[in-house]
Formats: sequence, structure tokens, C-alpha cells
Amino acid sequence: MPTVAPLDLDGHAIAVAWLNDIPHFALADGVVHRLDHGHKWVEAHDGLLAACPSLDATSLITGGEDGKVAAVGPGGEVKEIARLERKWITSVAAGPQGAVGFASGRVAYVRFADGRQRELEHPRSVEALAFAPKGMRLAVARYNGATLHFPATEGKPAELEWAGAHTGITFSPDGKFLVTTMQENALHGWKLADGKHMRMAGYPAKVKSFSWSVKGRWLATSGAPAAIVWPFQAKDGPMGKAPLELGTRGDTMVTQVSCHPAEEITAIGYADGMILVARFADQKEVLLRRPGKGAITAMAWDEGGRRLAFGSESGESGVVDIAG
Amino acid sequence: MSDVQTETLAEIVTQIPVTVLTGYLGSGKTTLLNRILSEDHGKRYAVIVNEFGEIGIDNDLIVESDEEIYEMNNGCVCCTVRGDLVRVVEGLMRRPGRFDAIIVETTGLADPAPVAQTFFMDDDVRAKTKLDAVVALVDAKHLPLRLKDSNEAEDQIAFADVVIVNKTDLVTPDELATVEATIRAINPSARLLRAERAGVPLSDVLDRGAFDLSRVLDNDPHFLDQDDHDHVCGPDCDHDHHDHHGHHHHHHHGEASPIHDVGVKSVSLRGGEMDPKKFLPWIEKTTQMDGPNILRLKGIVAFADDPDRFVVQGVHMIIEGDHQRPWKDDERRETRLVFIGRELDAERLQRTFEACQA
Repeated sequence: MPTVAPLDLDGHAIAVAWLNDIPHFALADGVVHRLDHGHKWVEAHDGLLAACPSLDATSLITGGEDGKVAAVGPGGEVKEIARLERKWITSVAAGPQGAVGFASGRVAYVRFADGRQRELEHPRSVEALAFAPKGMRLAVARYNGATLHFPATEGKPAELEWAGAHTGITFSPDGKFLVTTMQENALHGWKLADGKHMRMAGYPAKVKSFSWSVKGRWLATSGAPAAIVWPFQAKDGPMGKAPLELGTRGDTMVTQVSCHPAEEITAIGYADGMILVARFADQKEVLLRRPGKGAITAMAWDEGGRRLAFGSESGESGVVDIAG
Repeated sequence: MSDVQTETLAEIVTQIPVTVLTGYLGSGKTTLLNRILSEDHGKRYAVIVNEFGEIGIDNDLIVESDEEIYEMNNGCVCCTVRGDLVRVVEGLMRRPGRFDAIIVETTGLADPAPVAQTFFMDDDVRAKTKLDAVVALVDAKHLPLRLKDSNEAEDQIAFADVVIVNKTDLVTPDELATVEATIRAINPSARLLRAERAGVPLSDVLDRGAFDLSRVLDNDPHFLDQDDHDHVCGPDCDHDHHDHHGHHHHHHHGEASPIHDVGVKSVSLRGGEMDPKKFLPWIEKTTQMDGPNILRLKGIVAFADDPDRFVVQGVHMIIEGDHQRPWKDDERRETRLVFIGRELDAERLQRTFEACQA
């Protein structure tokens, strides 16, 4: 039986992450909480807007309303990486070799581990950032498409066009596909080898959460009363194939998804605070958490895939141990 | 209290009103903003500006944002939202309790429609905020020139719920009368305020409920009352009482402005009880067809055999309607609509509207 260790916080969870196997909960007020032999916290920002763990899972990269980009370590140390006075840092991304990407307005920045910084200007707002799994390559979601930069070189960026506003972005773990979430209730994808388009539409709400399953065989997404899971095993991705619909509920929407690090299962968080886990093969579901006070806004598995940390809109957070 | 009630209460509490402030450079937006931010009115405002510019007040809740107009990918050219607002409003609303209302200041040349539509078309923004009113500031001295050299000034007036004629001390009474008549010609239903140095009572600008279906018409007793001479302005009457100019609009709707070939005009329709089976498809088709040309639309509808007043309001192709309250015994059960827009075919609107009567 799964057991929930609750942590009642006061604020909207932007991200949760496991750093050195310690669960961290980053809230919109800028405080990063952790459960490390008791409840501890550090105020990293005056207002947090974006956060993601570094690739080696030893720090949380954060961007705030205070114009600061920081790395929060597992001991609660806050290292300032960059600062843009009076700007909002609206997205952050963790790159290879300690590189950090962040964005404000129409400019994306890449800060390399040696302290060099590259500024990448765009004609329209930078909506989201993602580093490719291999090589120093940064993708920017923007109006009418995505831009691919090679920030370590002076080469010209590659442009991928698709009408509409692209607001989120992710590479498949094998680097073959780039997928964006849109202002419309849809995903868009490009097969990078040939630029082939993939349209993934039909959602009743905006897609705000996405997660690649182990080895990138599936992409789980929110934005519907079920987790919509697209198959990416074929060379053309999900084209012409129907997605799985897991954890379907009649009365509420899926707000977060988080695929398990080893098994083909996904945790599904809902607008009413419920969390299920569902298996792709047979769609079998297990309840992890009963409905609570607010929508689930963040979830992350630990490295071993035994514990799931979660945070919500209302501040109700915690860790579910699936083995009990 | 049941769970359902608690939820509803929480929703009401968290829906933050948003005021949109438009106006050309030099019309006094910054002065008004500084007043809103510094006066002691007991309310806290988050302000979204295009540039910090001359706002002299240091406030964590002033957010700079690049105006970012996104066309929705649905083939409709007038379905636009301000992408930057979606993001900033979402960010602000993740930390509720810091402010009571949001003010969006637009650039001088901004089209107010994408700003307003953001609050209807984006589900997340819509769930947490509600558009309160669009307020346009105009410079009494320079408005005639602005209207000659651009469409934007006209659009801003046409779109507004409240028009503040600022810098009245810089013009003669005759010039002011002409400017006000021009504004009325463009938008007969907006509330018109006069000011020097943007000195209007803030209660006349904020918390107007202009898009709130339950309040939209209560706010404005003269709204649509072009032929209604029965109304006597009482002490509570929310209307300009300075002089008779405030009532000039009764005679100006649909007419050209004396100083400018106004492209925007209003079409007022008045009829009896409507057949919902005819009226609802008609208004839907009309807003679909003429949506790009319709800037604003408001109205009260009397449906046959329906004890309640039905109210509608719209922006371009977006239209909302709902039952408001029961008709009072002393009210005439009639339908009144006003369209404000460009290239509106008044004759066709009138004819097709009348065909919807029960």
C-alpha cells in the first residue's frame, strides 16, 4: 500500500525535485523547502517563476521575479548565477557541462560553467527553453515556431516554423524529436532529421505538463480528463497512431504527469489534488493520494523510482512511498 | 456550509479585477498610474506596464512586459491575445493576497482588443481574473490631430467603457465641446469624464464592472437610452452632470464627427420581445460574420415568455450572454442593442434584428 508523508506548505508549488536524494519543493513565493531529517527551507527569491533540477541532480536552477537566476544546493545554499535588474526570469533550463539557460522577454541567455555568457535575441518573446540531450544545443519556443541555437558556436540558428504561439518545449531523450506545447489546446512536434511536422491536437485544455517515459518511448501529457500518452517508438513518432488515455476521470482534469524512471508507468496529478499511478501496458491504476485542497502543480520521482514528491496550488505537498 | 458553497466563495475571492488603461503618449496615463499607486485608497494594485518609464514609484508589483500579440491558430484574424499578459497574470496569480486588483497599461499605439480578449479567450487567465473596464485617456488639445493621423486613437475611444478627457485646462470651452462631441460620435455609451492632470475620482475609473454581465448596464443608466427622455438624473445617477454635453450623444450616434471622418460608428437597435430560437442564432451569425468589424457590443434582451432580463456583451467575435434579473413591473419589456464598430451595415443589422422578434 502506498503511504503519503504530507508536508503542508503555504504557497503554489512551481517545481519539486530530488537533489542528492532529498526532496525539494520550490514555491512561487521564492522559498525552497526540503525534507532532510526534518523540514528545512531557504528563501532563494522574492517570487519564483521557474525552476528545474541540474542534469546531475545536485542543484535546482531557479529564476525569479527579482531578476535573479540561482542554483539552490541540497544543503540550502543559494548561489547566484546571474541577475537582470527589474526583469522577470520567466524560464530556466539545465544544460550539459553545467550550462544554464534562462530567458527574460525576448532574450535567451546561456551561462556556461566557466562564466561566459551568451545572449540570444529574438524578434518575439522567448516562451520556453530546452537543451538537447546531446551537444550544446538550445531550443527556444516562440510565436510561430521554435528556434534551435548552438550557443557554444557563432553558427546561425535553425528555425522551425508552425503558426501559433508555442509556450513550452522539450526534446525527446534520443534527441530525434522536438515537441512544443501551444497557446491552443495542442502539441506540435518536429522530427528533427527531416523537419516533418507532428500535430497532436484534440485536448480540451492547454497542455502544461509533459514527461517522457523511460528511454523516451512515450510522451505523457496533461490537458485532458485523462493522461494523454503519445507513442514515440516508431521512426515517425506518433503520426497516424492513437494515444493512450490513462486514469480517465469524468469530473476533473489532469494537471501534472510524471513518468517513472524505470517502468512504463506514469504518475498522474489532477485538478482536485488526487494522484494516481497508471501502467501503459494494461492501463491498471493505483491510487497514490486522495483529492486534497488544490490542483497538483508539480511531481517528481526519486532516482530509484520508489518515492514520488508532489506539490500543489494550495501548498499541500508531500512524498508518496509506493512500496509503503 | 457545504463544500460546494465554500468552493464558490473561494472562486469569488480569487477572481481579481483587471483595468486596462489605454491612451496616446502624452495623454496622461503615467500621471494617472502614479496617482493610483500613491493615493491612500486602501487598495493594492499590481501594474503591468510596457516600460517602467516615468513611473516614479518603486513597487515590487510593477511588472514590465513586452507587448506580444498572438493570433490564435483558428483561422480567425480577430482572435488575438496578449501572450505576455497570459504569462504575467499567471505569475502574479500564483501569489495571491499581495494585491487587490491589476492594471494593464498599454502603449500609445496599442489595439485594446487583444488585451481585452486575453481575459475571455485564455481559460487560465479567465479562471483567476475578470476584466473590469477599459479606460481611455485622451488629450483634449491633441485629440483632433491624433484622430486625423491614425486609427488607433479612434479604436481606443470606441473600445472604452470610460473615456477621460484630460488636459481640459489647455483648451477653450468650444474646443472641449467639439472634442466631447467627437468622442460621443465614436462611442455613445462610454462614460465621459473631464480632467486636468488626470485628476478624476479613482472610483470613477476602477471597479466599474463594465464587462460584468450582472452590472454592465446598471453602471450606465443612459446606456442605449437614446430615445428615453423619461430618465431624471438622481443623486445616484452614474453619469456626467456637468452640463448638457454629457447628453449630446443622444443626437450624435451614427453621425459623422464634425472634425474627422470617423470610421467607427455605433448602431443602436431597439425592438420588442425576441424569439430566442431566432435571436440567438442571429447574434451568433452576426458576430461571426461581422466580428472583425465589431469592436464592442452590449445589450439587454427581452425574450418572449421569459421573466428574466437577458444581457449580452461582446468583443469582436467573442460574445457572452446570461440571464441577469427578473424584469421589474414598471419596466418596458423591450430589447436594446448597441454595436460599436467599423463598416457596420446599419440597415442590414436593423432588418435582420427586427426579423428576430417574437
